[in-house]
Amino acid sequence: MKICFCRRFQLLLRGHSLYFRPHTLNEAVNVLANSGGQILAGGTDFFPSLAEQPVTGTVVDISALRELKGVIHEPNYIRIGGLTTWTEIVKTQLPRCFDGLKAAAREIGGIQIQNRGTVAGNLCNASPAADSVPPLLALDAEVELVSRAGMRRVPLADFIVGNRKTQRQPGEILSQIFVPRTVENAASTFLKLGARRYLVISIVMVAVVLEKDSMGHVRDARVSVGSCSVAARRIAELERALIGAPVAVGLGSFATADHLKSLSPIDDVRATAAYRRGAALRLVQRALDVCAGSS
Amino acid sequence: MATIAPYSGTKCRLKLIVNDREVSVAAPRVQRLSRVLREQLGLTGTKVGCDAGDCGACTVLLDGEPVCSCLVAVGQVENHSIITVEGLKSRPPLFDRLQESFLRHGAAQCGACTPGMLVSATALLEKSNSPSEADVMDALGGVLCRCTGYRKIINAVLDARSRTEKSKCPAAGTSVGQRLIRIDGKRKVEGTEIYGADEVPVDALTLLAIRCPYDRAKFRFGDLQAFVESHPGVEAVLTSKDVPGEDCYGVIPRFADQPVFAREENGARYRGEAIAAIVGQAEAIESLDPATFPVAWEELPALRTIDEALAPDAPLIHPHRTCNVLTSGRVVRGNVEKGLAAADVVVEGEFETGFVEHVCIEPEAGFARRVGDEIEIQACTQSPYMDRADIAKLLGISAEAVRIIPTAVGGGFGTKLDLSVQPFLALAAWRLPRPVRMVYSRIESIMCTTKRHPAHMRCRAGAGKDGKLLALDFAADFNTGAYSSWGPTVAARVPVHASGPYSVPNYRALTRAIHTNIVPAGAFRGFGVPQMAIAQEQLYDDLAIRLGIDPLEFRILNALDDETPTVTGQIMGEGVGIRACFEALRPRWKEARAEAKEFNANSAGPVRRGVGVAGMWYGCGNTSLPNPSTVRIGLKRDGRIVLHQGAVDIGQGSNTIVTQICADALCAPIDCFDLISGDTSITPDCGKTSASRQTFVTGKAAHMAGRELRRAILRLAGLRGDCNDKDRDEDAVIDFGSNILEIRQGGTQRRISLRDRPLDKHGYVLTAEQTFDPPTSKLDEDGQGIPYALYGFGAHMAEIAVDIELGTVRVLKIVAAHDVGRAINPTLIEGQIEGGVAQGLGMALMEEFFPGKGENLHDYLIPSAGDIPPVESILIEDPSSIGPFGAKGIGEQAVIPTAPAILNAIHHATGVGMRRIPATPDRIREAILANASTNPTGAARG
Repeated sequence: MKICFCRRFQLLLRGHSLYFRPHTLNEAVNVLANSGGQILAGGTDFFPSLAEQPVTGTVVDISALRELKGVIHEPNYIRIGGLTTWTEIVKTQLPRCFDGLKAAAREIGGIQIQNRGTVAGNLCNASPAADSVPPLLALDAEVELVSRAGMRRVPLADFIVGNRKTQRQPGEILSQIFVPRTVENAASTFLKLGARRYLVISIVMVAVVLEKDSMGHVRDARVSVGSCSVAARRIAELERALIGAPVAVGLGSFATADHLKSLSPIDDVRATAAYRRGAALRLVQRALDVCAGSS
Repeated sequence: MATIAPYSGTKCRLKLIVNDREVSVAAPRVQRLSRVLREQLGLTGTKVGCDAGDCGACTVLLDGEPVCSCLVAVGQVENHSIITVEGLKSRPPLFDRLQESFLRHGAAQCGACTPGMLVSATALLEKSNSPSEADVMDALGGVLCRCTGYRKIINAVLDARSRTEKSKCPAAGTSVGQRLIRIDGKRKVEGTEIYGADEVPVDALTLLAIRCPYDRAKFRFGDLQAFVESHPGVEAVLTSKDVPGEDCYGVIPRFADQPVFAREENGARYRGEAIAAIVGQAEAIESLDPATFPVAWEELPALRTIDEALAPDAPLIHPHRTCNVLTSGRVVRGNVEKGLAAADVVVEGEFETGFVEHVCIEPEAGFARRVGDEIEIQACTQSPYMDRADIAKLLGISAEAVRIIPTAVGGGFGTKLDLSVQPFLALAAWRLPRPVRMVYSRIESIMCTTKRHPAHMRCRAGAGKDGKLLALDFAADFNTGAYSSWGPTVAARVPVHASGPYSVPNYRALTRAIHTNIVPAGAFRGFGVPQMAIAQEQLYDDLAIRLGIDPLEFRILNALDDETPTVTGQIMGEGVGIRACFEALRPRWKEARAEAKEFNANSAGPVRRGVGVAGMWYGCGNTSLPNPSTVRIGLKRDGRIVLHQGAVDIGQGSNTIVTQICADALCAPIDCFDLISGDTSITPDCGKTSASRQTFVTGKAAHMAGRELRRAILRLAGLRGDCNDKDRDEDAVIDFGSNILEIRQGGTQRRISLRDRPLDKHGYVLTAEQTFDPPTSKLDEDGQGIPYALYGFGAHMAEIAVDIELGTVRVLKIVAAHDVGRAINPTLIEGQIEGGVAQGLGMALMEEFFPGKGENLHDYLIPSAGDIPPVESILIEDPSSIGPFGAKGIGEQAVIPTAPAILNAIHHATGVGMRRIPATPDRIREAILANASTNPTGAARG
């Protein structure tokens, strides 16, 4: 009898899931604080994650928060609203160091997904194969999290802690992405390896931001690799080794397998771990050469 | 502190602006927009292919931009503008021209992706006056197509702004050979075509299957009655106890072994097997969590691979099938051991291919209703009469009491030959007083519908110094899954074809279909022959290379001809066009091989070019079994001709092809024809749409029926109408299209008023009905005999580029030469070829289904719009006199040579032969590294 009652109650809840559509960030964080619930933004991860099951519990649709849309140039940062779509990233005029992020934006799903999917959504979903993470890591991006209790800023590298795991607390909304304006004229690129041209989950991806000094040597190098560990990561050992190297084609040969030891790729339906290691190295080398060639 | 009121999860009134009209809908705000458009507004032109943003079939314009409507909550778009395919007609002249261009180019085949393609293309064309090919690919890249190979769609978009004259109906007797637009094309480009999920009776209940989550499991039901009672809106739970007839179905009656629901006493035999069905109000079913269904599972050890199933101590999946062998096949000619011993060069190889999923853009769907003591099922299917027989058996009623109404089919490729939703719907609608519908989710479709058989193949081939093939020894095991499906057909067809289209005097081919605890493998475009060709054609390349003979010339040297016996001893006497196919490739072959050589010599980068070729033959129709088609045509009092055409058009074009044939046989303009589909209550049996048989078998029956009606009309006019059945050589001219027929023969002219003529039992002034069954013979114990009345032949050439450091392959061009006997409609044939190439490319490079992993379209990859190269089709017409106007099949022929041609090109580029298919980047790279370590001077670097 008791079990039966519980099931009925569960069903009742399903039938009466709550849906909020706040219009300001303030409203949104209050709703989250009071009711909890899943956040719905562009929907491009929300709906697929249902795996064809019904929506349960409370849904907080933040897609009407105008204040989280668009890209703003501030003196020290370029601020990307969390609800900015990938199409908007592609269309917005941005400094050269964002070329890699723009290239990644063009590779996220198809145009249909780019028109709806948001930057914050891609980061909060925290797939190991999230295309935007390597270029944003290479830009030293930070994320701003807002809750009723206040706001905090966290480096992206710390924000994503594992496979679909982030530091975001249930009451928090990822409101902005801050990119420091330190390497604006640096060359940047993004290389994605998949088994088909469109709509493909990366086997390996690499982002590089490369800045040279007046002597034509590497002043700053940022290299990140995705789909080869639970979360995309910067390759600090390689970055250090590149400082001072002459910026010319052939720069890629500085990168060796040893530099990529911190990666921990897995075998899955897309490729073997061994293949990913080798391909990551080649893509890093090529990305460095691309940046060096265009510097 | 700001506060905000929630919206209830139950239905709200919402205002949307759909197709420029304000509409009000009642739906939960979190409901997917696609669902609201289809189920509430009746805008079923928007298709649902995956509910995950992976296929783009549901693309609509939201404020002018393409989005997947399955990923938009309806609460997010209140007061926003939504344009569906139905609304594009308000955008003339752009959209009219785009539609016309789609029809002209043959860009819509099954039509399930067409709305998504049209919406995406419109968004592009409204922004860009002259988009480049790359722009078009980017715009269409988010929409998957499984039929066309994309090239005709891309060309249709590029050509959308050009003005062309409307094509005129060809004169009587001249339809065959013309590039007529498909008869059912207009509905497809308007989004008005009705597929399995597009029509629902208003009072229909919804059915949800409960499926086994394990490869093999015992299970015990809890209190089902209490479950029903405790779930308002749930009307019934059905289990195997509810099957009134014989609970055992299967596409080949002799091997039938599948129950509608797994039984408690037997357990479930594969992941995805249904054990029960819940039927209820749509909303109750949609909000149900299947995990609450009262069943206790006990997972059991499972046999997943051929080796596990053949192990001496393996449990039997079906107790009456020893060693888990479903069936075996055998063809032997000459003496293979002596042949190999006499050969100057012998090569051998072991090859393995994986499960391949059909990925019809339309998941399986339909509804059923009981009408008195009869049952009606409207669903997508490739085989209405086979469905009818099995449903009658399951319900324990006569076949005449079952009516199958086939809808348009949004892709079939073999998988819709098997029953899917039909048995569940039939049982439910038989028992309940209301119609019942079921729509498979993409997950369900991938999890539990048939797959291409994985093959494990071992073969040896030998040739003399003169380059003549002497012997082939071929053995293959196929993983056929838990139930028989088409396993016996694969085991029977492959040994007949394993020689390829060549003369092989000493031959042995042995095959087995092996049961495992995996979803049944069934029919998929080619019945095992594409897998076989991957082994045989790569092995023949090895032979040619060892002999130092050009691979194309080696094939030409050994090609079958009219007088050479096949491996079953058949001498065709005519219509063996394989040599012509290879020779048609020769000019481009020489150029491309030279270009590749030059490129590789001058390139310092990681890219290597390669060029490969492969040949193919494929028998049309069932292997040594009857497979008749019956076509009926009737003359109405208004002079129109009604063609009862039971060959289900699954996108390949049989509606158009069969009508073209019939029109020319009758010598009537094709626009005099009205088409009646394969509804079993009004159209005779044209058999299943498979085995590349509809152009040949149904086409021939349509030809015969057309001739018969023509004779009947002439007799009615008192003219010479019983002359010999020669094509078009009668001098009589009949004018159709009004209620008076005018007939002229020689100097005689007759007028027949149809208005007052009595009608026959079919309701026509005159009816002609003809049956054609291709003449074949039984094969003896060595597989000798005449398995098919005719074969189609073809050869593909692939030009590719391999990045040897990453193992990635880009296919640059395919040239495809096919002997089609007579090209009834060249545009539709090219469509089959290009679609076959796309599926062959997918099979070669990316497609593999891992049971239990990745039951979705982002883990299971099919080629996207950017993966298919230009395809040059060369049509060879070496007629077979038994075919209608000499025509042969093309549907499966088109897919077979692509994969081996690409694999041979990979070998040419890299020096490595791929033995495990698909040749994914990691497998290619691994093979290159292994080759480099054993052969340091080889082509591989890096």
